[in-house]
Amino acid sequence: MSLKDKACVTGIGETTYMRGSTQTAFELQIESSLKAIADAGLKPTDIDGVIPVGIVSGTADDFIENFGIPDLRFSAVIPHGGASPVMALQCAAAAVASGVCRHVLITFGRNVSMGSNKAGARIHNMPQFHYVTEFEYPMGAIAPAQLYAPMARRHMELYGTTVKQFGEVAVACREHALLNGNAVMKKPMTLEDHFNSRMISDPFRLLDCSLESDGGAAVIVSASECAGDMAQPKVYIAGVAEGHPDSPGAITQRPDMTSLGIGKAAKRAFAMAGVTHADIDVTEIYDCFTYAVIRQLEDMGFCGKGEGGAFVEGGRLKLGGALPTNTHGGLLSQGHVWGLNHVVELVRQLRGHGGAAQVKGAEVGLVTGYGDMGDGALAIMRKA
Amino acid sequence: MNAVSKPIPQPSPMTQAFWDAAAQGRLVLQTCASCGTVRHYPRMLCTQCYSHEHFWQNSPGLGAVHSWTRCHHAFHAGFAADVPYTLVTVDLDEGVRSLGIWKGDLPLTIGLRVQGRYDNSRGDLEWLFEPQMK
Repeated sequence: MSLKDKACVTGIGETTYMRGSTQTAFELQIESSLKAIADAGLKPTDIDGVIPVGIVSGTADDFIENFGIPDLRFSAVIPHGGASPVMALQCAAAAVASGVCRHVLITFGRNVSMGSNKAGARIHNMPQFHYVTEFEYPMGAIAPAQLYAPMARRHMELYGTTVKQFGEVAVACREHALLNGNAVMKKPMTLEDHFNSRMISDPFRLLDCSLESDGGAAVIVSASECAGDMAQPKVYIAGVAEGHPDSPGAITQRPDMTSLGIGKAAKRAFAMAGVTHADIDVTEIYDCFTYAVIRQLEDMGFCGKGEGGAFVEGGRLKLGGALPTNTHGGLLSQGHVWGLNHVVELVRQLRGHGGAAQVKGAEVGLVTGYGDMGDGALAIMRKA
Repeated sequence: MNAVSKPIPQPSPMTQAFWDAAAQGRLVLQTCASCGTVRHYPRMLCTQCYSHEHFWQNSPGLGAVHSWTRCHHAFHAGFAADVPYTLVTVDLDEGVRSLGIWKGDLPLTIGLRVQGRYDNSRGDLEWLFEPQMK
């Protein structure tokens, strides 16, 4: 049995993405969840499966309590950071395809402005980072920027990838964010702005790094046979897969530091969907750092290893380019909700509701997740 | 001196021997007593033969540069007086990697031969890499 076309994304919801929100993570999560449920034409009590993304705000029990769900039949926790939303699509698709439940709510909320738990401190409270916390944090390898930078540096040294190529990713995301009313970043950015932004952890400059922002996002995954009479155009999950790098917990010990889990997953997802790279009209690629977009494009086979830098040149990722990417602005310029905003945006594009950022004629698209130092997932979706 | 202390490694029963040796200035690597496979960071099982049995092998700390990053932003107040500092990832000759603080000249190159050593002259135990003496 394959999960191909067994599930549809039937509802999407987002809060305003911002900095300095006074709403708690759970309030943001509830707001986006209710929006997604309404978008699908469902009632909160119709939800019979819940996957809270990460364990950072509400639990499945919290949704039973607040929605009065009479018979929750399925819940799961997926502990892989920014890879979790797309892994949750696979998990939800499996649950609805097998008849365990019908409508799974995948939901996330975060408020990073409250309190002092910035990125550098946060990850060291997470059990999956125990190696980094014990062996690397005391030496000053604290934040993701510092942990990922040696991957990018090695890629530059081995393949000649350049700062300007990183900048191409940042600029494409920013241009798309400017078309999106719900984006944190509102000022134009040039390649020169990118180059001149302050160095954080070489080769990463400030504008290579994703945003710290507050917000909530949610999607509903429904069994395809239930989705026909719902409120929105049908968007099928045609192919979905997850993959994990060797030595997932410490980049330092990875046999090939530049290889990611998505490289193992991509062939499975494309084979399941029965499509080729040339069929993909739009991609939403997890962009914790500019380099991560380049590397995922390579590992998914859009280009060869080491060719990702040249691949993103010439505006290929911009609207009107050959592979429009992060049409919402991404984590780099829209907002950071662990990439659940990427799933929301792909569904919006395939419904034809992309507004000023709509990719004309988009029928098949791809979304990736990337988290916890290299765990990966991708989903290929198509409109009905 | 930094006003805020740097984080201090918190050993577990599995890693206590590593840190005990480090406090004596010795790098040790967990080695499978059954098949001889070296593993780092310390793990419960040998991934080659699944044996729990292991011993701690002394390492001279010699290897070659794999990658690096120069850190310009202090993500922890304990490092505010250190920036910019360079973290270097080294392929140790035993076949595992080691992350340390680079004390040699820049720029670095992949494959440069290096030597690691512990240093506590600044109060905190630091694991440093320098160019290997010819």
